[in-house]
Amino acid sequence: MKRILNTTFIAAVAATLSLTGCDKKGSASADKKAGVSLQNIGSDTMVNLAQAWAEAYAKVDPNVSVEVSGGGSGIGVAALINGTCDIANSSRKLEAEEEEKATAKYAGKHPTEHLVGYDALAIYVHPSNPITEISIEQLSEIYKEGGKVNKWSEIGVTMPAGQDEIVRASRQNNSGTYHYFREAVVGKKNDFKQGSRDMNGSKEVVDLVGTTPSAIGFSGIGYRTAKVKVIKVSKKTGDASVEPTIKTTLDKTYPIARPMFMYVPPGEKPETDKYLAWIVSAPGQKIVIESGYVPLEAFAPKDAK
Amino acid sequence: MTSSRSTLSIYGEKAIELLIRICGVSAIFFVFAIFFFVFREGAPFLADPKFSLWKFLTSTEWYPTSMSNVRYGTFALIAGTLSVTGVAMLIAVPFGIGAAIFVSEFCTGKLRELLKVIIELLAAIPSIVWGFIGLTVMNPIIQSVFHVQVGLNVLNAAILLALMSIPVMVSIGEDALKAVPDSYREAAIALGSTRWQMIWRVLLPAGKNGLLAAVLLGVGRAVGETMAVLMATGHAVNVPHSVFDSVRTLTATIAAELGEASEGSPHYRVLFLIGILLFTITFIVNLVADLVVKGIKKK
Repeated sequence: MKRILNTTFIAAVAATLSLTGCDKKGSASADKKAGVSLQNIGSDTMVNLAQAWAEAYAKVDPNVSVEVSGGGSGIGVAALINGTCDIANSSRKLEAEEEEKATAKYAGKHPTEHLVGYDALAIYVHPSNPITEISIEQLSEIYKEGGKVNKWSEIGVTMPAGQDEIVRASRQNNSGTYHYFREAVVGKKNDFKQGSRDMNGSKEVVDLVGTTPSAIGFSGIGYRTAKVKVIKVSKKTGDASVEPTIKTTLDKTYPIARPMFMYVPPGEKPETDKYLAWIVSAPGQKIVIESGYVPLEAFAPKDAK
Repeated sequence: MTSSRSTLSIYGEKAIELLIRICGVSAIFFVFAIFFFVFREGAPFLADPKFSLWKFLTSTEWYPTSMSNVRYGTFALIAGTLSVTGVAMLIAVPFGIGAAIFVSEFCTGKLRELLKVIIELLAAIPSIVWGFIGLTVMNPIIQSVFHVQVGLNVLNAAILLALMSIPVMVSIGEDALKAVPDSYREAAIALGSTRWQMIWRVLLPAGKNGLLAAVLLGVGRAVGETMAVLMATGHAVNVPHSVFDSVRTLTATIAAELGEASEGSPHYRVLFLIGILLFTITFIVNLVADLVVKGIKKK
């Protein structure tokens, strides 16, 4: 009895082994057929968009598979400098120091910068919050170290009892959104006020705001959901406030819009060039609009608001 | 034929003995290698004139990427780790040790097997899944039960950590109680003590060392946990004043920031210093445990 069991066991193991063996061969040949794979790493703001591009491009050119991962613009830039990606996504411009490091890595050759669209950095609040507009000055006072505003009542918003304290949602410091917000709102020389909830992704910020009546947060406009409210933003308190749309982003009346970049290290594969050319063509830019972001000016719908 | 076989088996035995020896020694090697690596990456920064160890340990200002005024104070992060671990232990120790007593002394037959399997299953849940539960289940529950603004706080993370360290405590605590000889139980019952008196006066003192080891392993699990606390604490640099404040732990800081810190930069070195700090904390916990256990033995 025991022996019989043993033999069946061995047979079963052998069968599985041979099966997995076949599988491996099969996948290896499939890999060869699939040809080139491009590593696309970086910005969390752009990760859904990059994924949408990758999926659509699989139909345009089945020989190229684009593998997208997020983590933050800082992760993308680090991958660019370390030479571990084909395309780095970044929701901020490369800093001079990083450009230097990357150039040193590639023996004096510069990485190329590709503008692939725009993002209007949206200010999110809970739908129950009566606020409809906010100024950059007020945002700065809420977020910067030493800023005076800690309660909704201090900027003239009446909240139900117990919800007056502003819950600040922010991002972790490898995020391009964090860097951009610091530059554009808090001030480059200033720091963030401590005690903000530093979330690990754009989606987490929107989730936190969606479940917390007294919260405020910032993230790419592509992360807008029905559970949060996007408010208008003005440069100064008292100025006309502007809603983030394709039109206001492109004509620069929305004060906190920013370009989205893809950086390519020198000596790139020809497929990378083709992919980027497709991204800035009409089909690629259509996906930008579908993802909730703002396309390059030439591809903006004529009747866009 | 037989002789050749026996020499072969002698060599085989020697080879296996060597292999097992290597396995045993490798643990020492790996511990020292990890020690060496973390110290090599972090320690050079201690000598940096701009770095002050006092500020590193006592300042609450953590601004590693500031453009104008970089500050590396970890006090708020240490407070975060200790508060979450402390509250977690307040929850986990009574439940963990209580469950161990129940499984070991009161429970019999099928229920006992079922309980053991289920408790072990609790240990098999990946920490990221606990993190999800913290974000999506516990967050709204804490918000509505305690009427607080944000449910991502010390309490949330502590409950998750307690649930994660209870299985460790139960299985080790149960072993410790099982190791108490049955003659102790029989003697206590024979002297006319009730079951409760037997457990409280005889079993717990006799199994003290093992139970303490169980608790400390639970503490170690809680101090080192990263993913679940990263998601459930709210990740705010903040010295907590109540269990409803958001905090950030040492481990979560390393996880969130090391990816971007370029190799060799001050930020990178400071993150490794935090690693050394964590090392030191767990080392102290182990040392204290050792001393306590030895002290108990002397008595």
